[in-house]
Amino acid sequence: MSEGRIAARFAALARENRAGFIAYVMAGDPDPDTGLAILAGLPAAGADFIELGIPFSDPMADGPPIQRAALRALAAGMSLEGVFDLARRFRATDTTTPIILMGYLNPIVSLGYEAFAAKAAAAGVDGLIAVDCPPEEADPLADALDANGVDLVRLATPTTDDARLAIVARRTRGFVYYVSVAGVTGAKAAVAADVAPAVARVRAASGLPVAVGFGIRTPEQARSIARVADAAVVGSALVDAIAEAIAEGRDPAGGALKTAAALSEAVHTARELVA
Amino acid sequence: MTIADTLTRPPLQNDYLAYPDARGRFGDYGGRYVPETLMPLVLSLEAAYAAANADPAFHRELNGYLSSYVGRPSPLYFARRLTEHFGGARIYLKREELNHTGAHKINNCMGQILLARRMGKTRIIAETGAGQHGVATATVCALFGLPCIVYMGAVDVERQAPNVLRMNLLGAEVRPVTSGASTLKDAMNEALRDWVTNVADTYYLIGSAAGPHPYPMMVRDFQRVIGVETRAQVMEAEGRLPDALIACVGGGSNAIGLFHPFLNDESVKIFGVEAAGDGMHTDRHAAALGGGRPGVLHGNKTYLLQNADGQITEAHSISAGLDYPGIGPEHAWLHDVGRVKYLSATDDDALEAFKLCAKLEGIVPALESAHALARLPEVCAEVGKDGVVVLNLSGRGDKDLATVAARLGMNLGAIS
Repeated sequence: MSEGRIAARFAALARENRAGFIAYVMAGDPDPDTGLAILAGLPAAGADFIELGIPFSDPMADGPPIQRAALRALAAGMSLEGVFDLARRFRATDTTTPIILMGYLNPIVSLGYEAFAAKAAAAGVDGLIAVDCPPEEADPLADALDANGVDLVRLATPTTDDARLAIVARRTRGFVYYVSVAGVTGAKAAVAADVAPAVARVRAASGLPVAVGFGIRTPEQARSIARVADAAVVGSALVDAIAEAIAEGRDPAGGALKTAAALSEAVHTARELVA
Repeated sequence: MTIADTLTRPPLQNDYLAYPDARGRFGDYGGRYVPETLMPLVLSLEAAYAAANADPAFHRELNGYLSSYVGRPSPLYFARRLTEHFGGARIYLKREELNHTGAHKINNCMGQILLARRMGKTRIIAETGAGQHGVATATVCALFGLPCIVYMGAVDVERQAPNVLRMNLLGAEVRPVTSGASTLKDAMNEALRDWVTNVADTYYLIGSAAGPHPYPMMVRDFQRVIGVETRAQVMEAEGRLPDALIACVGGGSNAIGLFHPFLNDESVKIFGVEAAGDGMHTDRHAAALGGGRPGVLHGNKTYLLQNADGQITEAHSISAGLDYPGIGPEHAWLHDVGRVKYLSATDDDALEAFKLCAKLEGIVPALESAHALARLPEVCAEVGKDGVVVLNLSGRGDKDLATVAARLGMNLGAIS
């Protein structure tokens, strides 16, 4: 079922010869209800996948935009149970868009791997990206997720050489997330010319689709990455749109969805423009 | 006395010196919980450290600097008046506060800076809370002409202004961290963000026996000189091993440095003292073992202060050096297996001990070390009148005068 949703979506994208747009938002940012409105609107705004951030007090791989989003969500009372609740409520209206949770290990350890995996599956979650859980530490988590049909999506980075790539690929499921720059989220810009050979290398080693993220903010960057990757992830630009809307007294959902629509348009038409 | 003598001890039934294992584990604690970008870096650090540790030239160089620059060995001093005051057990102070820069921190910094040089790294980053580790890092960077960036919570920059000035004089750039609660854990987050961004040239010089493997092992090994010296000095003074050791524990580097060479000596009772802040009955303390539960933060699995949802909560202690919501993974393990007993001392306990030590021994201790001093009555009672107790006086208290003055309602500006 869950493996179905991610695999089915990538298969459909491949048939249409277009790249996927993965929209990252922080769960419950700026509050649970607005967060749900944003989630519910993302598929119509062109999101092929939703990456849903689990807010954490100490997000050490994130730049300031996502750090602030986590603080907003926590201040509004978001919790891991709240994240499952959002996924469940989204799933009631959308049964096909894959949801991949992305977060840090401690809230998951705190709940317990088994309980986390079972609750995630029950809420309609399809995958997990655990930022601070490298392959060397991941087996117990991977076992729990496997048992519940939730994909553990691994990260490959510019520092992952061929020997490590084999380790990364060993138990990865769904797709591989290629971190396009050495750095935190939203800080440096991805360069398509550097990303293209890396994507090919990761694809060959894993036999899975490759999504690229961490350095994509603008429609232009998204378009250039969409020409070489199976999917492009944008996070910081979306959560910044929420922050700007709040600062200017506008509707945060409207701001985020408008930004998402512009990015998805760029991703979806990227290959037509080359052809 | 080298780090390599860890390897030459005979195996025991329960060999506490056999840890961590190849995966960097002390029992269930430790490990390498870092983003993939950093994983190749910690693996290469592990390999570089293993090579250095096996190279006698590395130890010769390190021991040379420890003796000529740091001022080692530090004395083991018989504290006659404290002994009389507490009524029996013979109390010795291991005088780490006499080291260059005024604390044990320099032992580790010296080891790691020599390793960074061997690895060809050209830029050093560090996190600091009170500023003691930042000062020690800035010192060794000045010694070797390496650029140094120290991340420090904006709140700590305010309350530890003299150490910020010291670091600046030593040529380091202090970057105030305003994310999160702007204290030590946030400084460590920011240092990790720097490392993940500058992977090619940068060496992250962690100050405590925490973080991803190999840091907890490596920092312990560099601090082990404290316990190795103590062992020889107490044999010289008393003709036998001590009955008890005691040290304060934040991340726990001074404590593990003293404890480690004695872990296999079952007759030696070992006590760590966590910071109880306003008291263990409140939520304003920094005792990860006393009031936390296992989790994952900053690269390792260990006890953490956290809420029911796994969000890290703020630590509170009068001592900025103990003001951290976690603890080194080896302490977490030693706690679970019962080899070390962990006590706690409140801010008020520490202040009283701070004043007592100054008055009776003419030594102004760091507020961190004062937490250990505060538990001397219990430990002395435990070992009895003929017992021998060694306390690690991990740092000197000059840096704490403003904090103590404020707490005692004095205006330091008006005094000086």
